[in-house]
Amino acid sequence: MKTTDSLSFQEKYERDHRRHHRMVLLARTFILIIFLLLWEGSTRMGYVDSFFFSSPSQVLMCFLGMVKDYSFFTNTGITLLETIASFLLVLLISMLSATLLWHSQKCSEILEPYLVVLNSLPKSALAPLFIVWLGTGINTIIVAGISVAVFGSVINLYTGFRQADEEKIKLIYTLGGNKRDAFFKVVLPGSVPTILSNMKVNIGLALVGVIIGEFLAARRGLGYLIIYGSQVFRLNMVITSVIILCVIAMGLYEGIQMLERCYQNRL
Amino acid sequence: MDQPLLELKDICYSYHSLEGETIALSHISFQIQKGEFTAIVGPSGCGKSTLLSIIAGLIAPESGEIIFHGDSPPQAAQQPCTLTPSCPRIGYMLQHDHLFEWRTIYQNVILGLEINHMLTPERLGRVTQLLKDYDLYKFRDKKPGELSGGMKQRAALIRTLVLEPELLLLDEPFSALDYQTRLSVSSDICSIIRSTGKTALLITHDLSEAISLAGRILVLSKRPATVKCDIPVRLTLTDDSPLASRNAPEFKDYFNQLWKEISDENHRQPEFSGKI
Repeated sequence: MKTTDSLSFQEKYERDHRRHHRMVLLARTFILIIFLLLWEGSTRMGYVDSFFFSSPSQVLMCFLGMVKDYSFFTNTGITLLETIASFLLVLLISMLSATLLWHSQKCSEILEPYLVVLNSLPKSALAPLFIVWLGTGINTIIVAGISVAVFGSVINLYTGFRQADEEKIKLIYTLGGNKRDAFFKVVLPGSVPTILSNMKVNIGLALVGVIIGEFLAARRGLGYLIIYGSQVFRLNMVITSVIILCVIAMGLYEGIQMLERCYQNRL
Repeated sequence: MDQPLLELKDICYSYHSLEGETIALSHISFQIQKGEFTAIVGPSGCGKSTLLSIIAGLIAPESGEIIFHGDSPPQAAQQPCTLTPSCPRIGYMLQHDHLFEWRTIYQNVILGLEINHMLTPERLGRVTQLLKDYDLYKFRDKKPGELSGGMKQRAALIRTLVLEPELLLLDEPFSALDYQTRLSVSSDICSIIRSTGKTALLITHDLSEAISLAGRILVLSKRPATVKCDIPVRLTLTDDSPLASRNAPEFKDYFNQLWKEISDENHRQPEFSGKI
């Protein structure tokens, strides 16, 4: 085995790097364990009322109950489906809209104030309207999910497209290309980092929109479980659903990050 | 005398903004013969790059005529600031290599062929040959970030040459390189252009570069630019490589003559620039 003195600078750097990562991971786990222990301990010792605040053991029992009666799979499945559908539709709509805006300077100037206003509007205010227009059900929830993310996404993507290197676009024209070539050869491939970071924001926003929709217009889904649980004071169910939501949000974000890493590795 | 490859007649161009009109080019006329290597020098901001964009057909002149091989190419759209596809017989090299970092060197080099739907086996064979000739073949699968400045500029030249243009427009293609690389790359590129027998029009700020590379130098005046003088370069040297040209006895005289013409321009007040 090598002693500390015999390690090369590179080996020392690698060892310190590994140590640093281990320390970060340990600290994260430690914080979670301390939080769970404090939560469990304080409810068992009566400092906190477990009826209102639940406890890790009750959450676990509730989760196992949900798995046993399959309600975990149906409700999580439907929320996931709605979120992914909203996310993909947001991606499609915003890509098409941003392309149109990039193509027509006049069109973008005309529509700019409308986009800014719609983006600033609290989208939860629109949810009751969607229920009146579309009724209750999956369509309304997907539209609610889309409404939260789509306007900001269009603005971000359009801004990204506009920042494409003018000289590279000129190069396309010097090679005999036209505006279509400029878009597909320069603007779109050059905007992949913007599209990926936009996707990371959108997946979270789509989940927010879907939960708002489920609060108001669903009979299934994690949003429905949260609102139903709070109405009948089954706070174990509420907190379990919130924790499942956290895990879903983390998983979806990680999925997009993997996509981003794949892209970076290709470069 | 043979019919010129390119003839410019009374080319005028102005930039328009809410602050007023800025006349960039005023009645520019000159001819370029086939196989000629011409350099254009002039004070900064006099409109040299605008002139090249007009010749390439990227922007349309306000008045005047460009005659290529005895006939006028299709005119660019008469819309200010709107680029139109370049004339296919003209190759254009910009100040930077502008290789796309998301494409490999090979994919970058065939960009023009892709755009013009010319990906035939013969053309791709020629791409491979050019990459071999200019020592880039083993780097064909690398990304531009992995190559040196000189190699990237050579790849950019191949990207232009694979379209087999009759006229090459070089818009300060060496200005982004450090001095040492610049000398060797300009020498490489000059010999590539000479060996392929291309007609070239080079824009440069570097007077030594213009004298060592070109057989003829056009000096443009300050804005609004006109052709101030047309200087043929004749160097008495057996080795006509750009690096050796710098040691020619006439080199200093040409340099002084050009320097005088340019500094006269720099001390002259602009004739007109502003609102009309």
